[in-house]
Amino acid sequence: MQIYLPIAEVSVNAYLLLGLGGMVGVLSGMFGVGGGFLMTPLLFFIGIPPAVAVATEANQIVASSFSGVLAHLRRKTVDLRMGTVLLIGGLIGAALGVAVFNYLKSMGQVDLLVKLCYVVFLGVIGALMFIESLNAIRKTRSGAKPKRRKHNWIHGLPFKMRFRTSGLYISVIPPVIVGVLVGILAAIMGVGGGFIMVPAMIYLLGMPTKVVVGTSLFQIIFVTGFTTLLHATTNYTVDMVLAVLLLIGGVIGAQIGTVIGARLKAEQLRILLAIMVLAVCGKLALDLLIQPAELFSVGTAGGH
Amino acid sequence: MRGLLLILMLLATPLRAEEVVLGLSQDQVSISTNFDGSEIIIYGGIKRETPIPQDEPLQVIVTIAGPQEPITVWRKDRVLGIWVNTDALEVSAAPSFYAIATSAPWDEVINESEDLRHTISIPRAIRSIGAWSQVAKPQDFIDGLVRIRKKNGLYVLDEGAVNLRESTLFNAAIHMPANLTEGEYATRVFLTRGGRVVSIYETSIDVRKVGIERWLFNLSREQPLVYGLLSLAIAIFAGWGASAAFRLIRSG
Repeated sequence: MQIYLPIAEVSVNAYLLLGLGGMVGVLSGMFGVGGGFLMTPLLFFIGIPPAVAVATEANQIVASSFSGVLAHLRRKTVDLRMGTVLLIGGLIGAALGVAVFNYLKSMGQVDLLVKLCYVVFLGVIGALMFIESLNAIRKTRSGAKPKRRKHNWIHGLPFKMRFRTSGLYISVIPPVIVGVLVGILAAIMGVGGGFIMVPAMIYLLGMPTKVVVGTSLFQIIFVTGFTTLLHATTNYTVDMVLAVLLLIGGVIGAQIGTVIGARLKAEQLRILLAIMVLAVCGKLALDLLIQPAELFSVGTAGGH
Repeated sequence: MRGLLLILMLLATPLRAEEVVLGLSQDQVSISTNFDGSEIIIYGGIKRETPIPQDEPLQVIVTIAGPQEPITVWRKDRVLGIWVNTDALEVSAAPSFYAIATSAPWDEVINESEDLRHTISIPRAIRSIGAWSQVAKPQDFIDGLVRIRKKNGLYVLDEGAVNLRESTLFNAAIHMPANLTEGEYATRVFLTRGGRVVSIYETSIDVRKVGIERWLFNLSREQPLVYGLLSLAIAIFAGWGASAAFRLIRSG
């Protein structure tokens, strides 16, 4: 069934969009990532103009994250306090990121920067997570007890706060810094930032994996909601019809994903996310390295 | 002055010896939610005051052009081992859609100078003022643009698609793809003899969004904040709805 998208001004297959939304929704519920880093390139591929894809994707992430958060709230796996601290950092970071983005845009080549950002961050995070979770799986197989988290310099910082759900008593400085950094990257790369936030929470803040997913989703809702409004009011690129089709699939997928996620072990969850992140990274890297079949591309005037 | 005008009119008369009478299957294309392209049937006859000239065969060219818009064409090049956009050509005006149907192979229906004068062929329809000051080989960029749009079905040259009978009646079907933009689609019919244009007929096809498509598009432009908030509200509601539905399924 073909559906004409009023803002994107293209006609697409409705079932294809429902399917894509569902697939990304499952990943969102399982891993606590918005799925933007996967969905946006997929939308480009089926012929949605990039500007519309990025903006509408943000709107869809709001829906799937909200659906996921509700499921996590019921299982009490959202650290609202930690989420709020991260969010404060995230909004500051997003504002900074937009400024950086506009500065780079004035210099040209922002397109390339975004792609390189993707390749570098997806590559580094994916590889680190892959190695770590492989080690963790090997340790549980050999029967060795998992190591307790060690005290390090992070625990010596001031402004300590108790995060009951995460079982942490740490300074608010590291989560705020993590939030700011993720916010900057999210604004530049046009994604929710879950795939950076999740590993940062696990490895930098030492939060338990089960809590990380819900907390990340909680924070993503607000960042992507903010982004949606920004795109709708400045670029007029949010396509409601496209968003609705994607989010119907997305919200159902997110619910299924949460159920799957609850049945998997934390290490398995992490290694799957790592493999997926590495796959997207590999694809983007190949695009940059291999000579494209068509050297020319068409864009709207002044845009990239 | 009046005498001059009269002479000009007399001179012009032989050109008007053959005139197009045109019909369109539809002069309006409505883009509704389930729009997936449209077929426009163009039919017509040739009105004459004199017997059919026998010297050179009559040919017909039909063109439909979408709204003109400025676009940027990028070219990738290898820099430090990776492929990046290096050069760009700002094309001042290119039609968003352009279809040409002819009654015979291109070389037989029109000559180079007439094509230039009436801007009929696809490369001629793209206006790139000051191209030489932007890039070294602008023609490569124009060719790239035409290639990409031909692949997307947006630029079409269909030789022999016009059926011409007895040098008097003709008809042609032009397919308009699903990814159309809104606007006035200029429709032209050229009658040619020996590569020279002998008569032109111009009209337009109105391509418009209708119904919910129209409403959403207007809202997004006129009330962007309301539109954005509405999008968010739908997202939140859908997220809550799915969550509630799944809880019901699991408990029930």
